Amino acid sequence: MKKMKMTKTAKNNLITYIMVFLAYIAVQILLATGNISSLMKGLLVPLCIYVMLAVSLNLTVGILGELSLGHAGFMCVGAFSSAFFSKCMDGAMPDGVRFLLALLIGAAAAGFFGILIGIPVLRLKGDYLAIVTLAFGEIIKNLVNVLYIGKDKNGFHFSMKDSISLHLEEEGQVIVNGAQGITGTPHDATFTIGIILIFISLIIILNLINSRDGRAIMSIRDNRIAAESIGINITKYKLMAFSISASIAGAAGVLYAHNLSTLTALPKNFGYNMSIMILVFVVLGGIGNIRGSIIAAIILTLLPELLRGLSDYRMLIYAIVLIAMMLFNWSPKAVAWKERLKERYFPKRLRKEKEVK
Amino acid sequence: MSLLEVRNLTISFGGLRAVDDFHIDIKKGQLYGLIGPNGAGKTTVFNLLTGVYKPDEGIIKLEGRDITGLKTIDINKAGIARTFQNIRLFKELTVLDNVKVGLHNHYHYSTVEGIFRLPKYYKVEKEMDGRAMELLKVFELDGEAGYLASNLPYGKQRKLEIARALATGPKLLLLDEPAAGMNPNETGELMDTIRFVRDQFDMTILLIEHDMKLVSGICEELTVLNFGRILTQGKTGTVLNDPQVITAYLGE
Repeated sequence: MKKMKMTKTAKNNLITYIMVFLAYIAVQILLATGNISSLMKGLLVPLCIYVMLAVSLNLTVGILGELSLGHAGFMCVGAFSSAFFSKCMDGAMPDGVRFLLALLIGAAAAGFFGILIGIPVLRLKGDYLAIVTLAFGEIIKNLVNVLYIGKDKNGFHFSMKDSISLHLEEEGQVIVNGAQGITGTPHDATFTIGIILIFISLIIILNLINSRDGRAIMSIRDNRIAAESIGINITKYKLMAFSISASIAGAAGVLYAHNLSTLTALPKNFGYNMSIMILVFVVLGGIGNIRGSIIAAIILTLLPELLRGLSDYRMLIYAIVLIAMMLFNWSPKAVAWKERLKERYFPKRLRKEKEVK
Repeated sequence: MSLLEVRNLTISFGGLRAVDDFHIDIKKGQLYGLIGPNGAGKTTVFNLLTGVYKPDEGIIKLEGRDITGLKTIDINKAGIARTFQNIRLFKELTVLDNVKVGLHNHYHYSTVEGIFRLPKYYKVEKEMDGRAMELLKVFELDGEAGYLASNLPYGKQRKLEIARALATGPKLLLLDEPAAGMNPNETGELMDTIRFVRDQFDMTILLIEHDMKLVSGICEELTVLNFGRILTQGKTGTVLNDPQVITAYLGE
């Protein structure tokens, strides 16, 4: 029995890894044979970003069991801290090393913000937590919008007012220019790097779930009072899950920043719309189901683009698909219907599933 | 020396004195019962002992060490584990994992070792699996190790909760109405299990129970609570025949 369970989780994780790998191979073949439109080519890196965001948010929502609506804020921190670093260090070191460092800096900065925000916020529960994380996400975005940092021979200058009050020397350069953001970030992100980052995120999250710490995190989700009564340090494990989730979102932000030449914090990319969209990926893919979030992120990112031909009806169909998927996944009748189908066609598998999940 | 020594334990909620001047001495290896009508404050006593509530007054000593006012997790580390009146299992985890969470503070490897699957991860996980299966065997749950906890029948969920509490390696086990919702057969089985746990693990057990058959069958000493105050305390036979106790339960 024990052995069966071990192989089951391991098998499940393996399927997830293979799925991502096959998707990578398929895209590479399409690219090599030139069967991919330039529009789709432009979507490849964003796809990786969304998958990473969905997977990381699932750690907070599905595994830790807390609803967070500020995920885009962590992405924003990762994007700006890494873009700032890359801009400063452009040309000072080899591109590969610089990007790797930028990645670590972005992830670390987002993780640090995760802890900083998590300490007060994780005392709240449910809706309250969601509202406060939403506010924090907006605060981060708005702070970045009034941030001015410049560099000249005297070192760094910092202001929250405008670029003139930086009082730069003549040859000085404005790096972060408030609402205009950071321009001229090196274009380092590629699809291959994106896939590698997805793999790393998956390894971190899936292995975390199936470890001592992961069990502690899930025990808090299932019953906080019982977890406390058997000696689980609630604060520590909540913060651990929240900050790991934040730093992976930060890494996605790094990818985002290095995929565009101009990085600005708009409601569209780092606002609550984005946070909600990530949450939609997670909810539709199945809360706590990592592979599901990957699939949902891919489908929901591609769908609006594939429907572009239908122009006016595009968003309408998108909304209908969302509702249909939600009904299919969660409505009691649909669930019962799926069970009946399973019973009819795969009676053996069903019995196994009941036993081991 | 008593394993658990409680003196003058008092807590009020607003104007209500939920527990008033509670005292108890439990010796090592004893099976001790805490009984009383509904609302007498029995579960509140458990919550005070496990640090869920901070007492207004009084002192709690475990093996002579003052544990009054400690946090729940520190009290668990000091050696008190409990089960709950309304079962609180980790429903989305397997039966095996429920026990392994209980073993959390006794087996260690770092987060990094867990994420990167270093050799220590495999070694420690194997030890944890072994220990958890041993515990499950005691409760005849080893056959269901891979089931989700929520898929277990009620009686087995109760047993799993006891197994999980024992996994934390306590000196004192608190059982809050272990027989609630069980039929006479299951209750009989549970009595055997509780006795077995006491003998096998050399455990001291304090339990709350309404089922008088269970109480008179396994408890050596009793404390009767009524309206937050101790009505009487002593050997089971004497206490249950005390006219005061009968009045408290049945009315005048």
